[in-house]
Amino acid sequence: MSDGEIVESFVVPVHPHTVLAPQQNEGWSKLRAAYDHAAEIISNSGADLLIIYSTTWPSIIGHQMISDPNPEWVMVDHDFHDLGSINYSFNIDAEFAALWNAENHSRGLQSRCVNYRGFPIDVGSVVALTLLNPDNKIPAVIVSSNVYADRSETTVLAKACRDLVKKTGRKAVAITAMSLSNRMFTEHIEAKDDRIHSLKDDEWNRKILEFLTEGRLEDVGQLSRTIQQQIRVQKVVNFKPMWWLSAMNENRNDLTGEVLAYEAIHGAGCAVVHLNPTPSGVGNKEYDEDEVEVFAGERGVLDNIVSSEETTTLSTAGSGPELWNPTNAEGSVNTDAAPKPVGAYPHARRVGDLLYLSGVGPRQPGTNAIPGGPIHDGDRKPLNYDIKAQTQAVIDNISRILEEAGSSIENVLDVTSFLIDMDRDFKGYNEVWADTLGKVGPTRTTLAIRALPTPIAVEMKVIAKI
Amino acid sequence: MAKGEIVAGCLAPHPPHIVYAENPSQNEPVAEGGWEQLRWGYERLRESLKDVDYDAIVVLSPHWQTYIGTHFLGLDNFQSLSVDPIFPNLFRYHYDLNIDVELAKQIHDKAHDAGLTVKMMTNPDFRVDYGTITTGHMFRPEWDKPLVVISSNRSRDYYSVEVMQEMMIELGKVTREAILESGKKVVVLASNSLSHRHFTTESKIPEDMSKEHITSHAMHLWDMRMIDYMKSGQCQRLIDEMPEFTEQAIAETDGGAFTWLLSTLEVPDYPAILHGYGTIIGTGNAIVEWPVYQHKGE
Repeated sequence: MSDGEIVESFVVPVHPHTVLAPQQNEGWSKLRAAYDHAAEIISNSGADLLIIYSTTWPSIIGHQMISDPNPEWVMVDHDFHDLGSINYSFNIDAEFAALWNAENHSRGLQSRCVNYRGFPIDVGSVVALTLLNPDNKIPAVIVSSNVYADRSETTVLAKACRDLVKKTGRKAVAITAMSLSNRMFTEHIEAKDDRIHSLKDDEWNRKILEFLTEGRLEDVGQLSRTIQQQIRVQKVVNFKPMWWLSAMNENRNDLTGEVLAYEAIHGAGCAVVHLNPTPSGVGNKEYDEDEVEVFAGERGVLDNIVSSEETTTLSTAGSGPELWNPTNAEGSVNTDAAPKPVGAYPHARRVGDLLYLSGVGPRQPGTNAIPGGPIHDGDRKPLNYDIKAQTQAVIDNISRILEEAGSSIENVLDVTSFLIDMDRDFKGYNEVWADTLGKVGPTRTTLAIRALPTPIAVEMKVIAKI
Repeated sequence: MAKGEIVAGCLAPHPPHIVYAENPSQNEPVAEGGWEQLRWGYERLRESLKDVDYDAIVVLSPHWQTYIGTHFLGLDNFQSLSVDPIFPNLFRYHYDLNIDVELAKQIHDKAHDAGLTVKMMTNPDFRVDYGTITTGHMFRPEWDKPLVVISSNRSRDYYSVEVMQEMMIELGKVTREAILESGKKVVVLASNSLSHRHFTTESKIPEDMSKEHITSHAMHLWDMRMIDYMKSGQCQRLIDEMPEFTEQAIAETDGGAFTWLLSTLEVPDYPAILHGYGTIIGTGNAIVEWPVYQHKGE
């Protein structure tokens, strides 16, 4: 089975006007036409899965995913009930929802599947699925927007989903059901009088759409907190959908973007935006915030001390050995994008066309945090940890060092791996290897050792060519 | 026609957990029992009012959230299945409730005349929010009194707690006027918690009471302060401190129900009866009665 991928992405509006009353306002009819155009793009994309992150389905206990294979009911909007009702009957990929739920848990997230007759699918999801998938040809999954989640939790949620898309070989479309500026008029207005609530909201909306037209999705994600402050009514904590959509697209800034429509619905900024993964050539700009793989946020509210069984989250290394600045002898290669050494040595050394890397662990540059968690706490009490997350972090660090040297992960020739618990960890380590370096094809030797200098479970020694 | 009256006003919170724990026949999931303190509180409230005669219940729920003014259920009857979108594992309730449309329209019209944005909700497919249903069930499980159901206008989200309070005080005044003019005896209910910071995890057994407590000491202090004002008849202080309480305790008073309730009761200066207090997934919940019937003519 070939790797799955996100074949298209969309931003779509949430209000029911595009389904129930597009003819009442020229802007609403343009949004409806754009919705129809988006449905055509999806139909022609070969997609076999629609993934909706809906901002009109808030959740409190982590994230929730619909897993009823065929939810049916009648939806009436809380505000716009006079526009009418929307009957829905959707085709949900319950199996994917269950797998996503499991992936979330493996990354430290709280989540659950929802399969109850009569569960009220939210207005944003109902509108999006009704218009984007009118004949229910493509199965869908819907995920809630957690009220308390911030960037890291939302990003990890997307990464769990993205990896699952790859693993299951799906051709998926990522969709955020959302408004841009969400300030509506607080009085009833005639349909013909609809417009964006204020000039300021309009200017911000156009700036966001300018970015998206250039495919700069991660830049919009980076602006999320500012956008929330500037043009969002403070209904929930922060403006999250762009974090999710950006992470679904590997935090890229060089997508191919197109705004299919931008109009007002009762004052809110509503757009249909198409983002295609084809590089636009504008350059994949770097971004500032940390790449998070495992959620490390506050999850121990029920108990003051989280048991080791529950701890699969990212933690700092604590009182480990002193960190050193890398040495700089002739041919040395060092980078701030890799963790600091724990002794006097460089990250790598170049000899002719070959690169010899010092042992690389999973610690994160800057924070010294360990994805998947440390193997023990400061009192050397054993902790649960995720070997797969640690192994992936090692490979990511190797990749960064090689890139600093002008090489890449594709040029790795030989690897010596060190595991502190062969029985426990070999399987998970081997799985990550198979998905990454295994595809490159270096020779490999794996050794069991008693300990490593920091509380990590895996380290790799690499030889690569330039 | 005799003059109408508000016979009692109550703070009657709506966490679905207490309906779940009660195992009523209308609710599909079955619990092993939990949150007894609050269920006992509701029992005491029902007992307190069992000899008080009234014609209708007026309830304002934070879970019918409207952004374009205040809305009122406007059909005689609503029947459906309510599934809580946040706790669907606990609350799947078959409801069948009658609406006092006449009284709802009277409050609506007065609010309109007072300059508030209002709308009657007359779509028969509309699903009544679980806050209204939970409060309705716990307050009077017989469902034998017609209700007036008022939405929560999220003016606090759009403006501030202060603006929300101005609007809800006005809505409370016209609610009171409409009730007095209607000739009906009415109980008014504010369906909201106090401090409202949730846990973000759930224990494996939802009703595992060994895991239940307030989320922080600060939340506890705020809840105790506000309850003390209620018990000592200092409701103007509740109004005065509502902005700080709402912000600092992330209180569910942000939905306006509590301010509206106090306004319908003309900001009481007599002691309220505290029937119960407890936490639900970390949020603070008080069941409180203002026994207006005991203070006639004062």
